[in-house]
Amino acid sequence: MQQPQADELTLYGERFNSRFLLGTALYNSPELMRASIETSRCEIVTLGLRRQNPGNRDGAAIWQYIQDSGCRLLPNTAGCKSVKEVVTLAEMSREMFDTPWIKLEVIGDDYNLQPDPFALVEAAEILIKNGFKVLPYCTDDLILCQRLLDVGCEVLMPWGSPIGTGQGLLNRYNLRTLRERIKHVPLIIDAGLGAPSQAAEAMEMGFDGILLNSAVAKAQNPPLMASAFADAIVAGRNAYLAGLMQKRQTASPSTPTVGQPFWHQ
Amino acid sequence: MTRLSLNNEPVQIDANTLLSDALVAWGYGNDKVAVAINGEFVPRAQYPQQQLRDGDQVDVVSPVGGG
Repeated sequence: MQQPQADELTLYGERFNSRFLLGTALYNSPELMRASIETSRCEIVTLGLRRQNPGNRDGAAIWQYIQDSGCRLLPNTAGCKSVKEVVTLAEMSREMFDTPWIKLEVIGDDYNLQPDPFALVEAAEILIKNGFKVLPYCTDDLILCQRLLDVGCEVLMPWGSPIGTGQGLLNRYNLRTLRERIKHVPLIIDAGLGAPSQAAEAMEMGFDGILLNSAVAKAQNPPLMASAFADAIVAGRNAYLAGLMQKRQTASPSTPTVGQPFWHQ
Repeated sequence: MTRLSLNNEPVQIDANTLLSDALVAWGYGNDKVAVAINGEFVPRAQYPQQQLRDGDQVDVVSPVGGG
């Protein structure tokens, strides 16, 4: 059987064997997070920055485990609602984590956590001019995605559905359009997936990777779910590379009709 | 005394305190933190020269799990 060779994901010139990016929030314990990172076989993890009061060491174990994982760090700007907040938090992240990579989030609506498309483009342009490698969490709007490319983003991360909903791919038309129109830029489905089958479907559609958090962290057995997603992402990717058959309206027998026994004219 | 806000909590420190000294006094010691004052990032190298002023809003952050 011919297996795809060196099917790597390249993001800002860096190559990765895994197409699974995992979030590090919401786990019931740091140990579950560590085990999930391991079974996910991911090479990139997202993380954040929050106010720390003196003497509070709650995040210390999580941070230690993340460092020990050896994964590339992708800090986020989660919760920011303005360009100014985003730029400041990105600068704090760059110093803290010693990386120019930033998962750009600008929230435009508290109810569905939908990205603010206008602030997103403005913030991406500023950050890229300041030397950041921006991975924007965006909607599946084609024009927004084109504008983000115009200002220099080399990766786009459209949502499948709103963060934490687990509803999967809500707008397949838009997502297919994105993939068809933006062929040579990595597209990573970020947010909204709840089941490995949804991740496999996205990969079958030709998306380059999957970023998620809640679906693993909120599973009854997060490490096992992380493994299930990892397998689904590989399966979906291989299916895409193999080329899916064309759908048909009518049935077509798979067993030869020639030589059918008991048939008499 | 200088009155300012630390992570949205009111605090008082001696007048003309430098950020580097304030972080030690507040108990951050050698913690891995990043700082913004009045919404503007303050690079670590600037802590020993950064004077705190009345009304400053100081944010001190550290790593957390994130999605």
